[in-house]
Amino acid sequence: MTVWFVPKDAAARSMGADGIAAALIARGEEVVRTGSRGMLWLEPLVECASERNGSRVGWSNVTVADINDASLDQNHPAYLGEVELLTFLSRQQRWIYERVGIIDPLDPQDYQHHGGLAGLKAAMAMAPADVLDAVKTSGLRGRGGAGFPAGIKWQTVADQEPQPLRGQPSRATRHKFICVNADEGDSGTFADRMLMEGDPLCLLEGMAIAAYAVGADRGMIYLRSEYPDAMDALSAAIDVARAEGWLGQSVLGSEFGFDVEIRLGAGSYVCGEETAMLESLEGRRGMVRAKPPLPAIKGLFGVPTVINNVLTIASVPGILARGAEAYAALGCERSRGTQVFQLAGNIAQGGIVEMAFGVSARELVEDFGGGTLSGRPLKAVQLGGPLGSYLPPDQLDVPMAYEALVEVGAMLGHGGVVVFDDSADMAEQARFAMEFCAEESCGKCTPCRIGAVRGVEVIDRLREGKDTETQTLLLRDLCDVMKQGSLCAMGGLTPNPVLSALDHFAEDFSR
Amino acid sequence: MTVYERDLGTPAVSADTQVTVTIDGIPITVPEGTSVMRAAALVDAAIPKLCATDNLDAFGSCRLCLVEIEGRPGTPASCTTPCQDGMVVNTQTPRLDKLRKGVMELYISDHPLDCLTCSANGDCELQDMAGAVGSRQVRYSDEGENHLSAGKDESNPYFTFDASKCIVCSRCVRACSEVQGTFALTIAGRGFGSAVSTAQDTDFLSSDCVSCGACVQACPTATLQEKSVIDRGVPSRKVKTTCAYCGVGCSFTAELRGDELVRMVPDKQGGANAGHSCVKGRFAWGYANHEDRITEPMIRDSIYDEWRVVGWEEAIQFAASRLKKIQADHGIDAIGGITSSRCTNEEVYVVQKMVRAAFGTNNVDTCARVCHSPTGYGLKQTFGTSAGTQDFASVKDADAILVIGANPTDAHPVFGSRMKRRLREGAELIVIDPRAIDLVRSPHIGAQHHLQLRPGTNVAVVNAMAHVVVTEGWVAEDFVNERCDVESFKAWERFIALPENSPEALEETSGVPATAVRAAAETYAKAGNGAIYYGLGVTEHSQGSTMVMAMANLAMATGNIGRSGVGVNPLRGQNNVQGSCDMGSFPHEFAGYRHVSDDSARALFDSAWGVSLRGEPGMRIPNMLDAAVAGKFRGLYVQGEDIAQSDPNIHHVEAALKAMDCVIVQDLFLNETARFAHIFLPGTSFLEKDGTFTNAERRINRVRPVVPPLSGMSEWGVTCAISEAMGYPMHYDNAGEIMDEIAALTPTFAGVSFALLDEVGSVQWPCNGEAPMGTPVMHEQRFVRGEGQFVTTPYVPTDERSTRKYPLLLTTGRILSQYNVGAQTRRTQNTIWHAEDILDIHAADAEARGVADGDWIEISSRVGSTRMRARLSEEIPAGVVYTTFHHPVSGTNVITTDNSDWATNCPEYKVTAVEVRPSMGAGS
Repeated sequence: MTVWFVPKDAAARSMGADGIAAALIARGEEVVRTGSRGMLWLEPLVECASERNGSRVGWSNVTVADINDASLDQNHPAYLGEVELLTFLSRQQRWIYERVGIIDPLDPQDYQHHGGLAGLKAAMAMAPADVLDAVKTSGLRGRGGAGFPAGIKWQTVADQEPQPLRGQPSRATRHKFICVNADEGDSGTFADRMLMEGDPLCLLEGMAIAAYAVGADRGMIYLRSEYPDAMDALSAAIDVARAEGWLGQSVLGSEFGFDVEIRLGAGSYVCGEETAMLESLEGRRGMVRAKPPLPAIKGLFGVPTVINNVLTIASVPGILARGAEAYAALGCERSRGTQVFQLAGNIAQGGIVEMAFGVSARELVEDFGGGTLSGRPLKAVQLGGPLGSYLPPDQLDVPMAYEALVEVGAMLGHGGVVVFDDSADMAEQARFAMEFCAEESCGKCTPCRIGAVRGVEVIDRLREGKDTETQTLLLRDLCDVMKQGSLCAMGGLTPNPVLSALDHFAEDFSR
Repeated sequence: MTVYERDLGTPAVSADTQVTVTIDGIPITVPEGTSVMRAAALVDAAIPKLCATDNLDAFGSCRLCLVEIEGRPGTPASCTTPCQDGMVVNTQTPRLDKLRKGVMELYISDHPLDCLTCSANGDCELQDMAGAVGSRQVRYSDEGENHLSAGKDESNPYFTFDASKCIVCSRCVRACSEVQGTFALTIAGRGFGSAVSTAQDTDFLSSDCVSCGACVQACPTATLQEKSVIDRGVPSRKVKTTCAYCGVGCSFTAELRGDELVRMVPDKQGGANAGHSCVKGRFAWGYANHEDRITEPMIRDSIYDEWRVVGWEEAIQFAASRLKKIQADHGIDAIGGITSSRCTNEEVYVVQKMVRAAFGTNNVDTCARVCHSPTGYGLKQTFGTSAGTQDFASVKDADAILVIGANPTDAHPVFGSRMKRRLREGAELIVIDPRAIDLVRSPHIGAQHHLQLRPGTNVAVVNAMAHVVVTEGWVAEDFVNERCDVESFKAWERFIALPENSPEALEETSGVPATAVRAAAETYAKAGNGAIYYGLGVTEHSQGSTMVMAMANLAMATGNIGRSGVGVNPLRGQNNVQGSCDMGSFPHEFAGYRHVSDDSARALFDSAWGVSLRGEPGMRIPNMLDAAVAGKFRGLYVQGEDIAQSDPNIHHVEAALKAMDCVIVQDLFLNETARFAHIFLPGTSFLEKDGTFTNAERRINRVRPVVPPLSGMSEWGVTCAISEAMGYPMHYDNAGEIMDEIAALTPTFAGVSFALLDEVGSVQWPCNGEAPMGTPVMHEQRFVRGEGQFVTTPYVPTDERSTRKYPLLLTTGRILSQYNVGAQTRRTQNTIWHAEDILDIHAADAEARGVADGDWIEISSRVGSTRMRARLSEEIPAGVVYTTFHHPVSGTNVITTDNSDWATNCPEYKVTAVEVRPSMGAGS
C-alpha cells in the first residue's frame, strides 16, 4: 500500500503543501502529514513509500497539477530519488532533528517507533542525580545563545527547595518550573519552530526529563504568537502526551507528576531574553529583570526555574536514549554535541543543517547552502541573529563553535546564518541594527532606550557625510556605552553588527 | 540648597552571615545580600545613581552606578550586585568615568536645558549627577528625537506631572507599587516611547492614584513636583516633626523657606512610617494657615451674644472667675474638663492636672471615650496594659492577618501600605466586616476569608472562631499553660465550647456561614503567626469591651502573643489617642493607668503636686452631659474636641452645652461646640506645638515647633495660666519640663525625656530602667499583669436592632481623604475627593424605596434625621447602610443613638437602626 508524506510545516504550507495533501486525499491516497526535512528550497517536498516505514523517494517543488495529472514518477524532472541519500541530508548529523520530516508529529506510535520516549524511560529508570550527571557529562550547553552549561543550571535548580508561588501563603503548594523559551525572534532562525511543528513530543519529553531531574512539577512553553502552527501542534501534542500518560499526575505510571502549559507572547523581541520572558509569563510588561537573583533560584513567580531554549531541551531525550558519552563525542573544545544551523538570507539552499560543532561557516554557506541565491559574490554573513557580527568572506573558515567564534568577534547565537551578496549596503545594515534595537528595546535601561535612537541619528549624519570624524568617534563611544552599560544583551550586543560593519565595510559609510 | 537625607541607594538587608568587601581600598563588613552600592555609600564612596533609592528594590535601569569588580568581567551595576566576601570593588576608574559620562550624555540629550528656571533647580538628582560624573558636553544633535514637548498633567491639586522632564527611571511606578501598593502607575509603551502613565492612561486625578505622595517623593527630577514648591521655591530649612492626623503618627520633615512652610516630606527614619505618607499628612496641611483660624482669644457673656476679641489676660481671668463662681455656687464637682487626642501629651497632661489639682475634681475625660475606651479596658483586663501589643513593623512577620472592624487603607493608610506589602508577600487575610473594604479585593491582594457579618454581632463571630479552635484541638497548650492563668482558661474553655457558641448555632445571628467561620478560624490558628488588627468597628459597640477581650482570648488560646508577627493591635483613630489615655485623662485613672483609689499612686501625685487629690472617680463625658441637662454640671473646659459634632445623639449634647454657664473651647476654629461656648481660646496647630504624640504602637514621637504659635501662646501655657488664675500655680519653662514631670510620676515613662527622643528619634513605652530604649513588642516573657487572663465573653445582642419602623442598620466609617469630623481636611483641597458625606445603600434596599444612585435621601433613626445623597454600593450587604461623618452639614451623629459600651460608655456608633426615604433635596 503506497503511502504519501506531505509536510505540514508552515514553510511547506506557505508553498502550497496543503493543496497537495488535499489533492492526494481526493485521489484516494493515504497521506501522512509530517514535519519538514529542512530543505526549504525544495518545498513542497512530497515523498512516497511502499509502506509506512519503508524507504522514501521524493519530488521537489511539487504542484497540485503534478498530483492531478499523476505524473510523479521516476521520470518527473523534480524526482529526487531516495530522500535520505540527498547529500544535504546525508552529510548531516541529526540528533535533535532525528524524527523531523519523518514521523507524524502527533502519532505516539510513530514517535516511539522512531526512538521517541526512550529518553524519558531511561531517565526515570535512573535516580534524578544520575540524570543530572548525564546531562553534565554530555557537555550540553544552552542553545538560546548564551551557551551556559545546561547540567550546571539544572543542578542549581535541583539544589533549591520548591517554593510557594510569589504572593502565596507559606502553607501553599510548593513548586519548581521548567520553562521553555520558544520566543524564537532572531531574524533568519526557524529551528525552534520546525522542531515544535515537526516533533513536538520530543520537546515535551525533554521537559519531562528536566522536571524529573530537578524535581519540578510544572512546565511552561513561552511561544511567540507569530507561530500559530506550532501552537496548534504543541497543544495537540500536550493532549496526546496526557492521554498516553507521559504528562500528568503520574508520568509513566510513577509517583512523578508533571504537566505543561503554553503561553503566547505578544510580539516583543526582548521577551526572548529570559528574565523579560518571565515577566511576560507572569502577566506583566515584558521588561528585563536585573540578575541576581538567577531564575534558577528565583524564577517564574519567584520559584526555582529551569529556563532553556527549545533546542536545548529537545537535545535531552537523545542524550538519555543514546548516552551522554555518544553526545559528548561530537563537537570540539567545550562545544559538544550538535547545533542546528539555519541557513537564510541570500542563499541558494536555505534550511536546516544539524551538524556537530566545528563545521566551518564556509562549509555551511558554500557546501550546504550553495552560495548566494543571486549568484553574485558573497559580501558578508551575519551569524547569530540580528545582534550578531557581520563576517567578511575572508573570515568564513572559522569553526562554528562557541570559543572559536568569540575569537573573531562573532557569536553562535541561536545558530542563524544569514547571507548577503555584494549588493548589500552595510551602512544601511548598521543603521538597521540600531533601528531594530530602538524598535525592540524594552525601554528599561538608558543605553538601550535612548542610545539606540541616537545611534540611528548618528549613522544618518555619518551617511550624509556630515562631520564624519566626530560622528564616527561618537558612534564608537555610543557603542561602547551600549556594550558595557546595557542591562541585557539587547543593548549590549547591538554594537556587534554596527561595529563589524564599520570595521569591515567602512567604505559603505562614505558613499 | 536643601540638605538631603543620605540615600544609601538600596534597602537594608538583614542576614545572619556577614561579608567583608573592599571598596576603593576601604574594607567594610555588611550583611550578606547587601548591594555593592549600599556598602559603598556606607564608606562614603558615593556611586552616581538615578534609578536607585533606598526605599525601593534595586532596579538596575539607569546604568550610572556601574563599577568594576576585580576578577570579574564587565561593569556590573552596583545596585543589583550583592556583596560577596573578599570582593574588591573600584567605583572610580577612567573606564567607569567615560561610561558614566556617556550615559549622562544620553540622558541630557533628551532633557530640557532649563535648569535655571526649573522648579527643582538645586533639588534635582539629574542635575547633581551631571555634576558628579563631570558632564561637559552633549555631542548628539539637538534635532534628534525627544520628549521635550510632552505635556503636563496638573489635575492633582497638590502636584504636577511634567512628562518633558521625565527620565523614565520608574521610581514613581515602583514607589506606587512597592511602597504604597496602589499600582496606579505603570510604564506605557516600550523603548524610546516608554513613558510613565496611569494604569488606564487617564490624568492623575481620574486614576486610581491616592495622592500618597510616594511618587513625588521618589522622583529625582521636577517631573513629579509639589505645586507648593513650584509656587514658593525650593525649601531652605527643615524641622523634623510628627503628623497630627491619624494614630499612625508619621514622622515628617517640615521644609520651609524662611517661615513659610513649603512642603511636608515623610521621614525615612520615622519609626512609624519609614519614609511613607498619605494624602493627609503629606499634602493636607493647608488648614494650619486657613483664613478660618481664630488667633485671638474671644469671650461673651452668653451664647446669644456676639463674640468679643480680648487679650489673653482678660480671657484667662474671665474663664477663671466664671469657673470659680460655678464651684462656689454649685460645688466643686460642677465643673470639669475634656482632653483632646489631637493635643500633645504635655498639653493633655496639664489639662488633667489642672482639673484634678486646680479644680479639685476628677471630672476629666477624653475624646477617647468615644473611640477606644473599650481597648483600654479590655486589654488591661486580659493582658494588664491598655495598649496594643506590637510595633507596626511586626506585621512583616505575620502569616495570617485578621482585620476586624478596621479599614486601614482609608483610615490608617500608611500602616495599610505596610500591611498590603506583607499581604502581597503571601500572608493570609481574614476580614471581619459588614463592608467589603478595599483590602478584601485590591491589586495583588485578596482576602482568603471575608466574614460579612451583621453589624453588632462581632462577639458572636469571634466566639465562634474560638469555639472552633477549642473544639478542634488547636489550642496552643504550652503557651496557655506557661503564660496564662490556667483557671481562667479552663473556665473560658468550658464556656466557649458550649454548643451555643458554635459557628452553626450563631450562623443565623451573625449572617456568616458556619463553614466560612470554621475556615477562617483554621487559617488564624494554623498559618503560623496570627496577628489581629482592629479599629472602631470593634470598640464602638454596646459590647465593645467584650469584643476586645474576646479577641484577646482568641490570641492567647492560639499562642499569638509576645513576639513579632502576632498580637492584638488597635488601630487608633487620632494621632494622640494612646497618649491622651496614657496621660491620665480618664476620670478614674492617673497617668500610667493607675486608679485614683490606689492610695500609693495618689500619695505620689499628692506629694509631687502639693495637693490632696480625691480618691473617687469623677464623671465621664456622658455623665457630665447628663448632669448638665439636669443642671448639676455647669462648667466645661473642652480642649481641641468638637463634641457637638463627634459625639452621638447631637441633640442631647447640644441641650447639655446650652444648659451650662461656662463652656471654654480651646481650638483652631470656631467649631460646632463653640456655638455654645462663652470663652474661645485660640489653639495651636501641630506646626506650632512643642511636645510629643504617642501613636497606636505606643511610640512617643517629638512634635517640634515649625513656626511660632499664631496666637502668641502655647496651649499648655494657656492652661497653666488658667490654673494659676484659679489659684493653683503650674509653672514650666518649656514643654520638656512637663515631660520630665510625667516621667518622674509614671513608671512606664520613667526613661522618657526630650533629650532621649531628640537623640534616638522615638521610643515605645514602657521606656524605663528595664527597657531604656523602649519596648516594640509587649508581653514577650510575661504578661504585664503576670499571667494572661481569659475572660468569658457571652454574646449579648445590642438593644439597637432593626424594627419595622427602622428596618436598616446604619454603620459609619472613614474615607481616605477626610479626617474625623473634617475640621482640618475640609479646609484643604482634599475636598476635591470627598465634598460631602454620602450614604451607601444596597441596590435591593434602594429599589424597594425608590432611591436611585445620586438621589437625595432622608435617613432617620429613633433620635433624629438628616439628609444626604445616596450611592448604590456593592460593598455592603442588603439591610445595611453606611456613611462617613466628615461633614457637619450632613449631621450623621444627629441620628446615632446614646447606646454605649457596657463597660466604658463608648458610644455605639457602628449600629443604628434607621430608615431611608427619598428626599426632595438637602432640605433644612
